[in-house]
Amino acid sequence: MNLTLKVWRQLDRTQKGKMVTYHVTDVSPDMSFLEMLDVLNEKLILEGDDPVAFDHDCREGICGSCGLMIDGIAHGPEQATVCQLHMRSFKDGDVIDIEPWRSGGFPVVKDLVVDRSALDRIISAGGFISAPTGTAPDAHAVPVPKKDSDAAFDAATCIGCGACVAACPNGSAMLFTAAKVSHLGLLPQGQPERDMRVLRMVAQQDAEDFGGCSNIGECSAVCPKGISMETISRLNHDLLGALRAGAVPTS
Amino acid sequence: MSRVTMAWLGVTCARGIPCEAVATVTTQQPQRRAPKTGRFSNSVVKKTVMAVSGIIMILYLIAHMIGNLHAFEGADEFNEYSHWIRTIGEPAAPHGTVLWIIRLVLLASVVAHFWSAISLWRQARRARPVAYVTKKRVQQSFASRTVRWGGVILLLFVIWHILDLTFGAVNPAGTGTTPYERLVASFQNIPITLFYVLAMVLLGLHLRHGIFAATQTLGQTNKRRERAVNGIAYVVATLLTAGFLLVPLSIASGLID
Repeated sequence: MNLTLKVWRQLDRTQKGKMVTYHVTDVSPDMSFLEMLDVLNEKLILEGDDPVAFDHDCREGICGSCGLMIDGIAHGPEQATVCQLHMRSFKDGDVIDIEPWRSGGFPVVKDLVVDRSALDRIISAGGFISAPTGTAPDAHAVPVPKKDSDAAFDAATCIGCGACVAACPNGSAMLFTAAKVSHLGLLPQGQPERDMRVLRMVAQQDAEDFGGCSNIGECSAVCPKGISMETISRLNHDLLGALRAGAVPTS
Repeated sequence: MSRVTMAWLGVTCARGIPCEAVATVTTQQPQRRAPKTGRFSNSVVKKTVMAVSGIIMILYLIAHMIGNLHAFEGADEFNEYSHWIRTIGEPAAPHGTVLWIIRLVLLASVVAHFWSAISLWRQARRARPVAYVTKKRVQQSFASRTVRWGGVILLLFVIWHILDLTFGAVNPAGTGTTPYERLVASFQNIPITLFYVLAMVLLGLHLRHGIFAATQTLGQTNKRRERAVNGIAYVVATLLTAGFLLVPLSIASGLID
């Protein structure tokens, strides 16, 4: 396969970037999208050019590092991470636009690499439980209803890739925040901080220059882990419950 | 979560270790941004304000739509209904009191709805300072995409609608006429009727997204209910749009005059 790539090149946070056109030849349909970018970078290095910077780590679809806007869709045409997207999803002669996640909360570091530490700060605002340390308790010491543990586990599959933010027309991180809030809020171990958690995490989400949710559903449609819009409803429910219980949304 | 953040090489010189021998890689953490405090700075609270004010307006729209259908009973019944609205609560409350309470509640709802919309709109603009070169829609509906500008057009429509049928200021029949005369005069005019049709279709789209979004914002949806909530949103939006269009289209087509 021969492809034309239009890649966002940006030197650092402060400089303006632009789309640059590259041609890649002899791409195997069995390559992953990241391997195709590796081929491009090898060519760029041989030519003495600066290789395209992009995030990647496990290449198994579980770490959440790789995240690219491919032809206007977060993670490209398959509902999976970019490393799990294969070139067989494209045709010979295709022109592919590759951009970084665009969000006020995700400043571009270089080319396609964005700084997603805003998501870490949302986690540190309330994504934890207080548990006594010591030996691990017996697995059946605290019974959890099957329905709750299933829903909590579904939410816990979030890998924090940021595709929800990238896809959202409002640039909202609500699906991410909701997944983290639900994951702990559904379990007995997460109850002591339940009210405080949702208030602090939403406040941090707003402070990081992410938008507000308007229930459009683009986030869930591109989420590689298929996290449902239901989690956002659960976050809203928890937040309103916390306010009714007299909590004040401060941090 | 593995994060590749901007790394820099720092050189440590301590306890006699040669400076050039030790290179520490540190992850640079940008300044933690302090969240704003206060109930109404929270985006979910803003959405709740939007949902509750929207529900108040939907309840009013249902009553308004049913009331409009009195036009099919003829001029006298319609004018009498219009007069009755001003006498609700009499003699316990003076003439027009209940109507003015309804008007003030609606005005407060419109203001609250717009305050939250503008506030969230501005937040959304800050959230994407650099636009995508290419951005495709994956699943968003036309209704959800048009909800903001549709809302602005609906506000302009409501202002014009009150000047037209309540006060008669921009009505072809003018002020000092009966409600039924103003109604007929407006909808025998084709451009005015077309504007109403456009506004009501926008209202339907606004409600189709709004009813689902309000239910979601108030934390009442889940996977199981999602289809039902979307179904109700479609039904309510279609019934209200169709109900509101019955009278104008009947007059425009000469069914009633």
